[in-house]
Amino acid sequence: MDSHRPSDHYDNDAPEKPIAQPRLGVVGYLRFFWRQLTSMRTALFLLLLLAFAAVPGSLVPQITSDPNGVIQYRAANPGLSKVLDALGVFNTYTSVWFSAIYLLLFISLVGCVIPRTKHHLDALRAQPPKTPARLSRLEGFRATAAAPLDAEGVAGAITAARQLLRRSGYRVRVLSGADGDSVSAERGYLRETGNLVFHAALVGILISVGFGGGFIYTGQKVVVVGQSFTNTLSDYDSISPGRWFNPDALARYSLTLTRFKATYESQNVHAIGSPTDYTAYVTTSENGGAPKKQTIKVNSPLTLGDTQVYLLGNGYAPVVTVKDPKGTVVFSQPVPFLPQDANLTSVGFVKIPDGLAKQIGMIGLFYPTECDPSLCGANLASVHPDLLNPVLALQVYQGNLGLDNGKAVNAFALNTDHLTKIAGFESANKVPGIDLRLGQTKQLPNGLGSVTFSAIPRYASLDIHHDPTQLWALGFAVLVFAGLITGLFVPRRRVWVKAVRRGDDVVIEYAGLARGEDPGLDAAIAEIARKHSQQLGLTMNS
Amino acid sequence: MTAQLVTYSLGAIYSAMVVYAFAFIAFTLDLARRASTRRVEVSVAAPVTVAATTATAGSTAVLDRPDSAAPVTPGPEVPARSRAARLGMSFTIIAWVLHVGGTVLRGVAAGRVPWANMFEFSLTATAIIVGVFLVVQLWQDLRFLGAYVAGFVLIFLGIATTNFYVDVVPLPPALQSGWLVIHVFVASLGTGFYGLGAALSVVQLVQQRRMAKGLRFIASVPDPDRLETMAYRLIVVGFVFWTFTLMAGAIWAEHAWGRYWGWDTKEVWTFIIWTIYAGYIHARATRGWRGSRSATLALIGFGAVLFNFTIVNLFFKGLHSYSGL
Ligand code: HEM
Repeated sequence: MDSHRPSDHYDNDAPEKPIAQPRLGVVGYLRFFWRQLTSMRTALFLLLLLAFAAVPGSLVPQITSDPNGVIQYRAANPGLSKVLDALGVFNTYTSVWFSAIYLLLFISLVGCVIPRTKHHLDALRAQPPKTPARLSRLEGFRATAAAPLDAEGVAGAITAARQLLRRSGYRVRVLSGADGDSVSAERGYLRETGNLVFHAALVGILISVGFGGGFIYTGQKVVVVGQSFTNTLSDYDSISPGRWFNPDALARYSLTLTRFKATYESQNVHAIGSPTDYTAYVTTSENGGAPKKQTIKVNSPLTLGDTQVYLLGNGYAPVVTVKDPKGTVVFSQPVPFLPQDANLTSVGFVKIPDGLAKQIGMIGLFYPTECDPSLCGANLASVHPDLLNPVLALQVYQGNLGLDNGKAVNAFALNTDHLTKIAGFESANKVPGIDLRLGQTKQLPNGLGSVTFSAIPRYASLDIHHDPTQLWALGFAVLVFAGLITGLFVPRRRVWVKAVRRGDDVVIEYAGLARGEDPGLDAAIAEIARKHSQQLGLTMNS
Repeated sequence: MTAQLVTYSLGAIYSAMVVYAFAFIAFTLDLARRASTRRVEVSVAAPVTVAATTATAGSTAVLDRPDSAAPVTPGPEVPARSRAARLGMSFTIIAWVLHVGGTVLRGVAAGRVPWANMFEFSLTATAIIVGVFLVVQLWQDLRFLGAYVAGFVLIFLGIATTNFYVDVVPLPPALQSGWLVIHVFVASLGTGFYGLGAALSVVQLVQQRRMAKGLRFIASVPDPDRLETMAYRLIVVGFVFWTFTLMAGAIWAEHAWGRYWGWDTKEVWTFIIWTIYAGYIHARATRGWRGSRSATLALIGFGAVLFNFTIVNLFFKGLHSYSGL
């Protein structure tokens, strides 16, 4: 029957015995290869292979989602990492072998779906098939008791059956044969339609995602309260553009972070200090328009121009002010610190290349709530993420910061190769580190000047995304889902009603045939038989 | 107030576990009885072939075919009245009511849906497995699965209460979303259907093995074809839920993390499971893959579900660190 399904589909007849193979030409081989590729067995094999191939990427950190994890992993397993690198396991999902599997799968899918679609379009216009000779061999067979119907009665019975089936959504065809008149009916073409839509929409998703990659860009920006961000290439901390990214096409807007509110649990004893809400209050302006007050929260990004702005992180940015011995300010700005734990113990780096007698760098640890030393001992520790008892601990280095050789410098690191520690644990001159409370000023060693912990604003780390194919992917996903449900649950079935002459009497027979999974077939035939026989006043022969 | 509700909730869960244990014993006795009951030799029929076409095996229609020439595959024989099975069902219902009650109380105590960490998810998912098991009874006698269901749920609740337990804490901002309600609940539904499908597949494999060894089928348990059809129907429903979970998860990820797909470990495993079950559905439509092969795939699929929920949650790094442990 469904000759356009792959030949090894369950519903197809068993394959003919392999006849003596004629010698295959190039075309013959290609055709043979294509048939293999588009068979059910291959699809099944590739699906399972794809599932299997996805596993290693979950065992080993991935460069795209966890770059630091990769660095640590490489350090911990240098030998193994070489092998994994060669195999591209740190980039599993863009690796050649992973791509090869899913591309083959999708080629197979297209090769499978196109002929089926053609066949299905024909089937949609075709008539239901002829009524089989012996309905009693079919599913759900039942019959009425013999009744003395004349030709007119039979015609009436057939018309009634035709109308009944029509009303139940069947396509009908009236046939008359030597063995009796009959109605042949078929329904559920939607099942195949759904299945085809499902598979085609999968291709749609793949294409949207594939092309999407070229148009997407994602950028990161750390904004301290009071600071602004303008959507221009130079204002991003980092940006990863797709292939067709055009910096001139960036939507024109700016935003200012006016306030950042973090709320922490204070009642529940099991969760004191765990965050319950983060809200970034921003003032935005699009295309130089009037400023608008808006908010960004963790689960509700802000749409600005053709981008979405997400709140992905936050932390403290201590304002550090450094003065030279004469009291001239050489450095005064908020320095975003990276949170290290749930209580926001944070690390940050202050670099002062100019203005003092020597270049200095400082590694700072910030504790929003210093633990009482009688509880935690001499080592500083933070016990709450909020600013209940903030302390900034600085270790000071002097020497060459290495900023002048034109290499890109990481704001979140300090290269100490050419630096000498002059204050802090095990410093050269045995000067202890500098601990500052908010507003405190202390002298730097070696008479370099002074350092003040002036203020402690919050910062928000924002992710800015532009993805024009997102809606396409969503649309295809909806089609996948709709296709799946129709393809799985709409029953495709054939039903026959036949008036069989038995001597002077007539017996009405009912039977059906499921095409694909159809748990309700018997009940459906029973229902049709009941309605039809009642309408004609016949009794069922049970 | 909260502490009190939490105590009641735990009390209800512990009581449910005790009653599930009784149910397990009753169902096991029932199974033992079934295995020892003599029964007329069963003829294993090939799917009824129809002239010129091939009908799908396992339709419910096979029983009312009055003058069929083909041998009829026996459907599930109405089990002889079994006290043990009935007792098992009663225990299961009582345990389930306690179980659902405990789960709901936990939600009330937390002031939100009771599936925001591994402990709560375990309560909800197992309650759904039992719920599906009970509801499907209305349509199909599945009491022979009772021992499996009660045993599985008992073990899982045991692990959850001893190893996954966490106190009620407020939701972190990343989980404060309507998608938590829908994404995780539908995932539990999918897990429930997959779990019962796996149970049927296990029984199917057992029956098939007995058949291969020339042994009788376990009496009053359906034959392998029928088991396979039932498993397929449950798994297909599970697959629809799983597909939805995958899509809803992508939408949520887009809201929370700014991208709808990033090959995070949990995303990878949800994808792997989805693909295995897509393979299962294909296997059922591929000649030569019905029977023990597709049943094995169903088991591999559910194995991946369990792996995803336990090992991946506890030991793999990723953004979905919601276990609360
Ligand atoms: C990305 C790869 C694929 C996935 C995820 C997939 C998934 C599915 C799913 C979920 C179904 C059942 C849902 C429905 O009937 O609507 C299905 C059915 C089907 N698929 Fe695929 N498929 C894939 C590729 C293919 C390929 C390559 C072929 C052709 C060789 C194929 C042929 C079929 C056929 C014939 C059915 C109907 C099965 C039946 O009669 O029950 N699929 N597929």
